[in-house]
Amino acid sequence: MAEITHHIPDHVLAAYATGSLSEPYALVVATHLSMCLECRANYEAHQMLGGAVLEMASTEALSGDLKTGVMAMLDTPVVPQPAHSRSGIYPGPVMAALKGRPPRWKSLGLGVRQCILTGNSEGSVRLLYIPPGQAVPDHGHNGLELTLVLQGSFVDETGRFDVGDAEVADQDLEHTPVAEAGPPCICLAATDAPLRFNAFVPRLLQPIFRI
Amino acid sequence: LHALSQETLWMLAVRDTRDKVAFAALFDHFAPRLKGFIMRSGTGSGQAEEIVQDVMLTVWRKSAMFDPQRAQVSGWIYQIARNRQIDVIRKENRPVPEELHADQATEPDAQQMLGLEQEACKLKTAIGRLKPDQREMIEKAYLGELTHQEIKSQTGLPLGTIKSRIRLGLEKLRHELKDMRSDG
Ligand SMILES: [Zn+2]
Ligand SMILES: [Zn+2]
Repeated sequence: MAEITHHIPDHVLAAYATGSLSEPYALVVATHLSMCLECRANYEAHQMLGGAVLEMASTEALSGDLKTGVMAMLDTPVVPQPAHSRSGIYPGPVMAALKGRPPRWKSLGLGVRQCILTGNSEGSVRLLYIPPGQAVPDHGHNGLELTLVLQGSFVDETGRFDVGDAEVADQDLEHTPVAEAGPPCICLAATDAPLRFNAFVPRLLQPIFRI
Repeated sequence: LHALSQETLWMLAVRDTRDKVAFAALFDHFAPRLKGFIMRSGTGSGQAEEIVQDVMLTVWRKSAMFDPQRAQVSGWIYQIARNRQIDVIRKENRPVPEELHADQATEPDAQQMLGLEQEACKLKTAIGRLKPDQREMIEKAYLGELTHQEIKSQTGLPLGTIKSRIRLGLEKLRHELKDMRSDG
């Protein structure tokens, strides 16, 4: 398997580590960090800097019974929350977003499918399934778009993206990702565009269908 | 000449022998700082203490995940605290990466642990030498007060050699990451 060549940019990693990245992007970053040694090291370096800031934080006096309460709870048995582990091509964070179930694909036409994981007015994150040779439906972005390949590969104007590779696109990038020959390309894609994507795709596909 | 820090030794005692005296020492060191840190981003005293309690209990319960070849106690606790704060305040379940488990068969590398401690010291010195406004910017960023666009315009976070040191620690887990990528 090829090495990962397209990584999460440092400012996005820093935003993730400091908790200032919204949930859709955070899911893509957490998934890449589950696949990429290099970004994992950079992420853990940001944690270390966060730790230094915590060490330097001014202290606040605690309520008298806080420590006693915590010490008393140490032996309380806890049922550990089930951690979602990787399943096939889907790393743990994706399985957590899928609540442990396989994706429920919705057809967008021409063999392209999607499965929306979360979405609100601030952004959305979805799985996309693109058959070989097929293009990702047209999808202008208003802001940041983060796409991570989980299976297969795609190419666009900026390069070639293989399993584990992340593409960062902003509003200036006009691109048409096309799935390469081989297994269908499955990507995790987060945008700040609301769920409109869902509605306007069939209309954009109309010229191809010659409806 | 160089020794592991007191915090690391306490944390290892908690992890390896479930030492409550060591945990109490960690609590005394970190809980007041955590409360100050959490309150700085606008959380009230009562809710801040609830978060401190959750964080310290997580430190106890998840101590097996602490790996001194890759992390300092303060950095490990920082991430637990930020995750918990976000879950509580934004009422969302923050996506987190898969946990990486140290290979039981490999002996802990003392050299690597000490190297990381040294890097941590250098990092603190570097932050201490920053101009006040630069230092405040770093504090703001790690308190979660900057947007990702604002972070983008900030340059020169002093992370250079730490990345390669942590990477060395991660190399020991590399085969696991390889498995994670190739079993698809
Ligand atoms: Zn990477
Ligand atoms: Zn795009």
